[in-house]
Amino acid sequence: MTTPAATAQPSPAVRPLTLRTKRPAGVLIAAGFLVLVVLAAAVAPLIAPYAPDTIDLSASLAGTGGDHLLGTDASGQDLLSRVLHGARSSLVAPLLLLALAAVLGVTLGTLAAWRGGWVDTLVSRVTDVMYAFPGLLFVVLIIAVFGAGMTTSVLALALAYTPTIAKYTRSVALSERAKPYVDAYRVLGMGGARICARYLVPNLGRSVVGYLVVLFGEALMSLATLSYLGFGAQPPSSDWGLMVQEGQAAVVQGALLPALVPGTAIAAVVVAFNIVGVWVADRLGARR
Amino acid sequence: MPHDHEPDHAHNAHAHAHVHGHAREEQPPLLDIDGLTLELPATARPLLSDVSLRVRMGEVVGLVGESGSGKSTTAKAALGMLPEGGVTTGAVRVEGTDALALRGEKLRAHRARTVAMVHQDPRAALNPVRRVGDFLTERLALAGVTDRRAARARAVELLDTVGLPDPARRVRQHPHELSGGMLQRVVIAGALAAEPRLLLADEATSALDVTTQAEILDLLRTLRAERETGMLFITHDLHLAAAYCDRVVVMYAGRVAEHQSARALFAAPRHPYTRGLLDCSPALGEEDAVIRPIPGRPPSLADSFPGCPFAARCPEAEPECETWTPVATPLEPDAVSGDEGGPGEEGGEASCRRLPESAPGPASASGSAPASVPVPGSASGAVSGAVSGSASGSASVTVPAEGSTR
Amino acid sequence: MFRRLFRRVAGLVATLVAASFVIFAAVYAAPGDPAVFLAGGRDKLTPEKLAAVREQYHLDEPLVVQYGRWLWDCAHGDLGRSFKYTDQVADLVTSRLPTTLALVGYATLLFVVLGVGAGIVAAVRRGWADQAVVGGTTLAASVPNFVAAIGLVSLFGVRLGWFPVTGAGNGFAGTVHHLTLPALSMALGALAIISRVTRQSMLDAAASDHVEAARASGVPEREVIRRHVLRNALGPIITMCGLVTAGMLAGTVVIETAFGLSGVGSLLVNAINTHDFPVAQAVLLLMVTGYIVVTNLVDLVHPLLDPRVRAERSTA
Repeated sequence: MTTPAATAQPSPAVRPLTLRTKRPAGVLIAAGFLVLVVLAAAVAPLIAPYAPDTIDLSASLAGTGGDHLLGTDASGQDLLSRVLHGARSSLVAPLLLLALAAVLGVTLGTLAAWRGGWVDTLVSRVTDVMYAFPGLLFVVLIIAVFGAGMTTSVLALALAYTPTIAKYTRSVALSERAKPYVDAYRVLGMGGARICARYLVPNLGRSVVGYLVVLFGEALMSLATLSYLGFGAQPPSSDWGLMVQEGQAAVVQGALLPALVPGTAIAAVVVAFNIVGVWVADRLGARR
Repeated sequence: MPHDHEPDHAHNAHAHAHVHGHAREEQPPLLDIDGLTLELPATARPLLSDVSLRVRMGEVVGLVGESGSGKSTTAKAALGMLPEGGVTTGAVRVEGTDALALRGEKLRAHRARTVAMVHQDPRAALNPVRRVGDFLTERLALAGVTDRRAARARAVELLDTVGLPDPARRVRQHPHELSGGMLQRVVIAGALAAEPRLLLADEATSALDVTTQAEILDLLRTLRAERETGMLFITHDLHLAAAYCDRVVVMYAGRVAEHQSARALFAAPRHPYTRGLLDCSPALGEEDAVIRPIPGRPPSLADSFPGCPFAARCPEAEPECETWTPVATPLEPDAVSGDEGGPGEEGGEASCRRLPESAPGPASASGSAPASVPVPGSASGAVSGAVSGSASGSASVTVPAEGSTR
Repeated sequence: MFRRLFRRVAGLVATLVAASFVIFAAVYAAPGDPAVFLAGGRDKLTPEKLAAVREQYHLDEPLVVQYGRWLWDCAHGDLGRSFKYTDQVADLVTSRLPTTLALVGYATLLFVVLGVGAGIVAAVRRGWADQAVVGGTTLAASVPNFVAAIGLVSLFGVRLGWFPVTGAGNGFAGTVHHLTLPALSMALGALAIISRVTRQSMLDAAASDHVEAARASGVPEREVIRRHVLRNALGPIITMCGLVTAGMLAGTVVIETAFGLSGVGSLLVNAINTHDFPVAQAVLLLMVTGYIVVTNLVDLVHPLLDPRVRAERSTA
């Protein structure tokens, strides 16, 4: 039988260490990849070998290597250049819509938690109705009414994410509100709006930001999906979702690159962002 | 009436010891735990240190201690169940078989047929979404009754045996439809399904109200008498153990503090911890006795002890106790009365550095258990009387002990 | 019991009314004349057509009356008329519904079998199997399902040629053959959540005392898992499966487009891209209704699984 001392010693000392070195390895790789993507998007015009809209029908559906590192699409546009340029709208648009949704959601959520009563009821009723639409259908309805386009898609998605963020903010704000410092400021004669603006919302900040970070990957996916369906970015944009849609026809002809290159770009960024996002959210103490 | 019973009971217990001690000398004890030490990598001290105890056929051995003292861990070892990552030395033998070495099919057979456990909370021990009958037929199937209809019939029979009214209806009910006492009977019926040689009763009655408790104790005693089943009776209630068991093992911080015959232990506890336990709950008929709780708190697994684990709370501790590694010291068999000197280990052992000079006397800290016989005698007699007789009489017996040790 | 059921049904109806009202009233949010909007824009618009739209939607009456009539008609199977194709919307939908339902059913079968299976493996085996399941399914969930669709088509459709890349097929075997890749694309995203719920629910159930008690009485491990752990963990698993299936009604929008399937989802996409709002409205109403009804049905299954909940409900 093993001597107890031998088995007892190593585990408490070694275990947390391996965890500490193991986790960030994946997170570091993912974060490094994201930094690269963002940099590449920023300097896309400088590093892209071609203009994204250079049509060269003689080079239609070229393979990898040769003049085109990642091949070309049906109209001979260089895929690498398009993906690099497309990264801009594909990354900025989700950021924009989340920022918008965050402003709306945090305001409504704080209001619902602070005022309670009819404001709370109203927010939760509206939320209920929006939740009755599965998946992207609420957004699809808005697009059906106002027509396709990137602006409509971003606004509609922002609206769709608002109740989720409001609900989250409300629950965090309720527990924050119960803390003694809020009462203390009240006793000092400070108004509700001022307490909210100066202390409550900043204190929620960390947690809400953590939550938003996790939502980013989903927002990117949703927006790409809308573009893929033809509801979001319109040609000649190089948005990744739209590129997949345009490249899909070539897949049946055996040319996989035009759809797979942007598709892989979406998947890789979402995966990387989810890895980093979960890590960041845990650090910021967001609730799951 | 209780007094009529008392000497009778003592005599029986004694007779048992003689019969099995002599006539079946060759046969190994039903349960033989020998120097069992169990360590976990993450805890400061072993869960169990050098625990030894034996249960023979037809014998009831009490295992007493505060929560966390290692009672349940000891009992589970008899089932071959150890906490994950546990490292053991020593042996656990059930009818001569090393329970800790069993694996796979043999281990399952061991748990299904040789040893059975009755858990503390019957409501937690039964799957809430399955019917009472399913529970029993599952246990019966393990014991070899695979025919569905036969198992059904046997299940009803078992429920009848444990005194559950209307057993045919009970098998179709779900656990939430039955009371705690009824459920404990169901659990006992399940334990009996395989006709085990050894029964482990882990606080089997602690969660029940007093009248039900007495009925269940009575039931267990009857079953033991009928089937010669050995029983390890785990409880935190020393008074109950002393009244109900043939022998009592007191555990503290994963060690055996003391073990003696129930009578001797009650009359002359040799370990200060045992005396402390007796002092902190009044026995029957001692309304004016002072209740003295043991100072300090029970040790957790994060506490480690260079010496005697009880030293920090012990009223009789001396500086040397802090460094003295506890060893079991055999007790003089005639510490109580001459007739306790039977064969085997009836003399008992205690792990106190101050033995043998710390013989308890009237001057010792013990208020409730002086060396004179009448007080423990009346208490034990009252319980055994109630246990084998009507339930109503027992209500007054166990309430104070139960309520105050919690 | 009846009161509870009544409250439940009332809540369901209220949600349905609110959601359908949003779908209906959206017409008025559109810029310009609602009649023109419903007719699909100004081009090729004749006065007769405009009049037909006005009549069908009772656009001259108050909003609530319009809505009431529309709902009444919908409830009777009259989903209106497509002003693009001059077809009955109900006919369009019914001809496409079988494909969509087959797709959702197939995808459900796949994610239940694979997801619950993976969850059981993760819960029982722990260690590396656990990590592989959690990691693999999380990865799968990070891939948008249209990208997964393209990937599957590229590999199994084009490269290996095992499955057709478009169309819904005929007969049972043909349908299964054609719908395998679409169903798999939809199921992939659901694997993460289903396997995680299964795993967690089983770990919770496995921590119960009665499981330990069963083990202590020598019940074989396989039966402990089946009768005591999985059986008790079923509640959350089934609930989550139901919710995911309900959500898949919306997922068909993307997958049917990706695979060129002529189902209700692709009908919605086409309707929007061709400005055929009445069709979009009808499909949205159908999907939302299906979603709400399925999610509510799932809640009713729970008491069947747990006798304790059943007892509470009947005494309440």
